[in-house]
Amino acid sequence: MFIIRHFEENLVALHDKGAFGGHYHLYVGQEGTGVPAISCLRPDDYLFTTHRNHGHLLARGAEPKKLFAEILGRVDGLNKGKGGSFHSVAPSLGFLHSSGVVAGIIPLSTGTAYAAKAQKNGRITVCLFGDGSLEEGAAPEALNLASLYKLPVLFLCENNGKYGAGRAVAAAQSSSMAAYPLTDLPKAYKVPAEQIDGIDAGLVHATVSEAVKKIRGGEGPQFIEAQTVRYPGSETNWPTVPQPTDTSQAWDVSKVPEKAREWYRSCDPVLIYIRELVEAKHASKDEIAAIERQVKAEIAAAVEFAVISPYPKPEEAEKDFFA
Amino acid sequence: MRELAYYEAKFEALEEIMAADDRVHLINGTFLSLSPHRHVYQNLRDKYGERMISPPISELGFCGLATGAAMAGLRPIVDLSTGSFIYEAWPQVANEAANAFSMSGGQTRVPVVFHLFHGLRGGGAAQHSGSPQAMLWNCPGLEIAIPSSPRDVKGLLKTAVASDNPTIFVDHTRLLDVRGELPDNDKPIPFGVADVKRQGSDITLIATSYTVQVGLQAAAKLAKEGIEVEVVDPRTLVPFDLATILTSIEKTHRVVIADETHQSCGVAAEIAARIAESGFDKLKTRIRRVSTLDVPVPYSPPLEAHIGPSESRIMEAVRAAVA
Repeated sequence: MFIIRHFEENLVALHDKGAFGGHYHLYVGQEGTGVPAISCLRPDDYLFTTHRNHGHLLARGAEPKKLFAEILGRVDGLNKGKGGSFHSVAPSLGFLHSSGVVAGIIPLSTGTAYAAKAQKNGRITVCLFGDGSLEEGAAPEALNLASLYKLPVLFLCENNGKYGAGRAVAAAQSSSMAAYPLTDLPKAYKVPAEQIDGIDAGLVHATVSEAVKKIRGGEGPQFIEAQTVRYPGSETNWPTVPQPTDTSQAWDVSKVPEKAREWYRSCDPVLIYIRELVEAKHASKDEIAAIERQVKAEIAAAVEFAVISPYPKPEEAEKDFFA
Repeated sequence: MRELAYYEAKFEALEEIMAADDRVHLINGTFLSLSPHRHVYQNLRDKYGERMISPPISELGFCGLATGAAMAGLRPIVDLSTGSFIYEAWPQVANEAANAFSMSGGQTRVPVVFHLFHGLRGGGAAQHSGSPQAMLWNCPGLEIAIPSSPRDVKGLLKTAVASDNPTIFVDHTRLLDVRGELPDNDKPIPFGVADVKRQGSDITLIATSYTVQVGLQAAAKLAKEGIEVEVVDPRTLVPFDLATILTSIEKTHRVVIADETHQSCGVAAEIAARIAESGFDKLKTRIRRVSTLDVPVPYSPPLEAHIGPSESRIMEAVRAAVA
């Protein structure tokens, strides 16, 4: 969770310096869902993610330096600079394709699940998407297919509008669905669905573990809506950092600007998890601070690697579009 | 040599492909359009039913399923049936399958075949007579095969399934009962190799799909008028064999291009542009196109006949070019 947080806070700084173009999307505030969920999987399982993929890739073990290099369009990037922030992949970790079309991966996830079922290899697929993805027709079509063929796939919807009223009222949250709660949609296709607090890492781990067990047991697709709260600085296509995260904020948010204070106090899954660890005496404040220092150093080195990695040669643009 | 109907050659190919490789799955249609020869499909279903699914009417969903399954190592062949239905699946075909290999920096292969019946089939009207191959030629990352004879459909289908790239297989309902010869030891036909379907010295007629058959009939009649037409069939649009066309034009110095896609930005337009760029100095007269007129396809038989690349329109264009 520290790796994701510090990776993305550094990414905002890189963008502010003009190190890469285009818009991009942050995962900050959703670490409490992705990290425990992905820890429930087997190394050979498939995962699909969207334009908001940095956290998912890092949670699965992608190297921060290669992800930075990809976002900076460098030759050492995960996709050799061909994909960028929206499309970073790591096939060896099960991420075959990341789509910037919000529901693009939902039918694709039924495909890897269909293949795994045909090949009887026990692999499952986890499809990670936001609540807005359900608005595209691809989503209900894929839910229907997954249900009809009892495919081994977990649909994990990260709804970052826990307290939001939706885009319909001009708020920054995404979804405008007549099906509400969102779990009404998968339930209409007889896909078992539940809604949980995505800020609570322990609850996410327990719920996803149970769903994964059912899927491996041949019970067919499962749907989980994990509710999170969007990080105050990630509301636009041009994110900002209200305050660089520091473990000390788990107990004292006085240095955080007042506007963002409530988020760090009650919604930040990283700080909440730290508090839980310390209160349960699983770790001391000093131990956690030491881990954070180590992560910060690792991320700084990763930035350095990416910044000096060369751009691909222009003629690379004409290669690798056919196998 | 042996003589077969086109549909027989095609199903011979499907059966040999299914027998040779259990990664091949057939998704959706019967590969027969409105043809009455249902028994060949039923024979296949009796043998390989466990690798054939008839999904709900969800083109977007099942094209995505097939694409995802291809990413995971299967070799699905999707029958979209009526070519216009691929518009329902456009996001998965044009924006996911076509881009995946390039976007992943050459890591994720998508060996899927999208099979469709294009064109004027008699009474199809505007929504069941589409020829989407020109639009798809504008999506880098897709291979496009477009057979016109029993020998070609068998040989090209085998190559399409063996390809590691997403391939559009463009078929035509009016070809299904065309008869033709196959060599005793027929082999897969490589992509990017045009076929001279008729030798001639006066003019080159480039035609695709069913229009090759129409063009051959026109050529036979024109021979009686003393005009020897060389009929060249590109067989695949991507990759495209310009060399064979230029060799023919070097001999004839005249060219007509006949094809069923709409005229503007159509298949004939692209071929004309390539000839103009690379073979202009070989031409004694301007390039002529016989395409489907730029109107939505009307229903009534005389109206439909009026807009297509008919025998009479081809003959008229050839006579004008040699005049």
